Amino acid sequence: MEILLVLIPVSLFLGGIGLAAFIWALRSNQFDDLEGDAWRILRDDYDDRPKSD
Amino acid sequence: MTGADSAEARGGVVSACPACAAAPAAGALAARSAGSEEAGRLILSVPGAHCAACISTVERTLERVPGVREARLNLSLKRATVDCTPEVRADDLVAALAAVGYEAHELDPGVLGTRGRDREGRELLMRLGVAGFSMMNVMLLSVAVWSGAEAATRDLLHWISAVIAVPTVAFSAQPFFRNALAAVRVGRLNMDVPISLAILLAVGMSLFEVSQHGADAYFDAALSLTFFLLAGRYLDHRARAAARSAAAELAALEVPRAIRIGPEGDTTVAVDTLAPGDLVRVLPGSRVPVDGIVVEGESEIDRSVLTGETVPAPAAAGTRLVAGETNLTGPLVLRVAAAAGDTALRRMAELVAVAEMGRNRYTSLADRAAAIYAPGVHLLALVTFAGWLVAGVGLRDALNVAIAVLIITCPCALGLAVPAVTTAASGRLFRRNLLVKEGTALERLAEVDTVVFDKTGTLTMGMPEPVGLGEHPRAALEVARALADASAHPLARALASALADAGVKPARVRDVREIPGKGIEGRRGGAIVRLGRPEWVGAEPSDETTSCLSLGHGQVLTFRFRDRLRPGAAALVERMRAMGLEPHVVSGDAPAAVRRLATSLGIEHFVAGAMPEEKVAYLERLSASGRKVLMIGDGLNDTAALAAAHASISPASALDAARVASDVVVLSRDLSPVAEALSTARAARRRILENFLLAAAYNAVAIPLAVLGHASPLAAALAMSASSITVSLNAMRLR
Repeated sequence: MEILLVLIPVSLFLGGIGLAAFIWALRSNQFDDLEGDAWRILRDDYDDRPKSD
Repeated sequence: MTGADSAEARGGVVSACPACAAAPAAGALAARSAGSEEAGRLILSVPGAHCAACISTVERTLERVPGVREARLNLSLKRATVDCTPEVRADDLVAALAAVGYEAHELDPGVLGTRGRDREGRELLMRLGVAGFSMMNVMLLSVAVWSGAEAATRDLLHWISAVIAVPTVAFSAQPFFRNALAAVRVGRLNMDVPISLAILLAVGMSLFEVSQHGADAYFDAALSLTFFLLAGRYLDHRARAAARSAAAELAALEVPRAIRIGPEGDTTVAVDTLAPGDLVRVLPGSRVPVDGIVVEGESEIDRSVLTGETVPAPAAAGTRLVAGETNLTGPLVLRVAAAAGDTALRRMAELVAVAEMGRNRYTSLADRAAAIYAPGVHLLALVTFAGWLVAGVGLRDALNVAIAVLIITCPCALGLAVPAVTTAASGRLFRRNLLVKEGTALERLAEVDTVVFDKTGTLTMGMPEPVGLGEHPRAALEVARALADASAHPLARALASALADAGVKPARVRDVREIPGKGIEGRRGGAIVRLGRPEWVGAEPSDETTSCLSLGHGQVLTFRFRDRLRPGAAALVERMRAMGLEPHVVSGDAPAAVRRLATSLGIEHFVAGAMPEEKVAYLERLSASGRKVLMIGDGLNDTAALAAAHASISPASALDAARVASDVVVLSRDLSPVAEALSTARAARRRILENFLLAAAYNAVAIPLAVLGHASPLAAALAMSASSITVSLNAMRLR
């Protein structure tokens, strides 16, 4: 059962990474237009190079 | 005043120019636009965008406009955000989009709120994400407990679960706590009261049990309850966010300005700053901003949005105009008769507000379910507690069983039953060009048994078309084309385009000029030719929409116009009758036109020449006789009726106010999707009731077990997940 002492922190840490990624995505407006983003991956603009700012 | 000064004034930092100081209204306006155009950000509404190609076209077109740094189209909101230099004007962007075929309107970012983002939705999503993370982790630990962890190991797993669950519940379940508290404060019970109680008691009881080295902890139940219910809340919010943003958009659309004639020339001012007695210029093609009396100029006025009349009315000095009408042919100068807050338009808005109060009394199915459910559950838990106490078990055990009853009966499936269905149904209708704006719209639509149509702009396109052109000699038609080409009047435009389609070439007519309010005049050979109002040309006036052509020597031709039927209107009326609905027509137009339309569609009940108040009264009479009325209309004169009806639909071409007042907006020109809305609404109502039944069935099994004290955390988790998933799957059948 000592293995739990390793496994539980590991699983919490990995889950925490997922949660942090979700919070980051939410904060950087990536959930603002789910419908538009679903379409955006289908268009060919910027396939060759990223959009320049 | 130098260029730099004017740029600064536009930027709105200071308004130092003497003209602005002299006219405080202009200064106020500068400040106002400064707030709304901070750092050159413009927001456009692009209602036509719907796919990947639209994103590319719209963004590329906007970015090609000089001064635009970046443009991004949000497809969910159908709104483009443009990052640009302060010199870029919204009109240029709108024109650029119009050139590639997209309708666009400028929105006032100030009205839309901070950056126009959906803060509440994001907050819910954040809570949902956190709850999901915690639920999965705690579930993982719980599985270890269920599969037989003992003694110290079980305590350890329970404590870790507690450490995760307590802060998560404190953060994620806040919306439920807030709502529950608000309801309890005013002495009511809503769905959030049993939810909050179940979550809090589950956590509290588990904490106590864990501290006593007990075997059962309900942390996972508390968390999955929070997660599933938040998912329902989020779906509900999303369905309504579209509606709310549409409403905010309409408010933002109205940037009311007027041209005031002052001592130092014309200035554009906000309508609010106009006072009675001010002089206002109304250009051809623009809306009349305030109620007033014409002091100068001659023109024709389109009153159709206010009254439903299709025939334009003449206007000259002394004519009383009402805000919202459209000036057609000549420029007019208007003396303001009433302050902006007191226009006929505002009075109409008040009528709408009163009518809406009535509708807000509608109790949704979910509310009705909650009203039965919440007290029932609490009573059940109390009876269980008392029963076990009487049976002689200890206080702790009796309390545990009672809490288990509360947890197991918690309306997880009930919380999802309605939003999952409305989301699926709204999505299905959106793909068929219908925008559902109200949360309870589908439920109300499903109950409808009578349909009242407006005529102009709803059953018809609201645009005149000449009929019987073939009866006239070709030479006369060529003269008519030449004259009609010279005018922007709607009848002239309709005639010109119909003649162009028929391949009629314009004749040679010299000295063509438009006489505002009368028609167009020119010289052909030695004679004067005229196209315009019958009285002016020398013909008998008629109650139909007509335009007359005089060829000089007493020879007069009459062109008759009909309003074309909207595509799908006939099919819609037919299908409605098949669904057992009774169609009515109530219009503000002349009796002859209404009768003709009603008989052509086979509608028996019709009323012509109805004022807005009469439309409302007609609807009220119908609902007093026990009918549930669906109103379909588009004009300002329909707005109050739309708000008063049991349910309402308006076409996208409708006036802003009408769209705000209606539950569903038809985005296509075709009316036939309305029938789809009705059948989907009926199907949605069936699914909701089925979902309630499913939830009740789970409870019918789970409650006896819980009351008898056989409920375990595992049973609770199974019942909760299984019922939530079945309910969602049942809703998906609607897609």
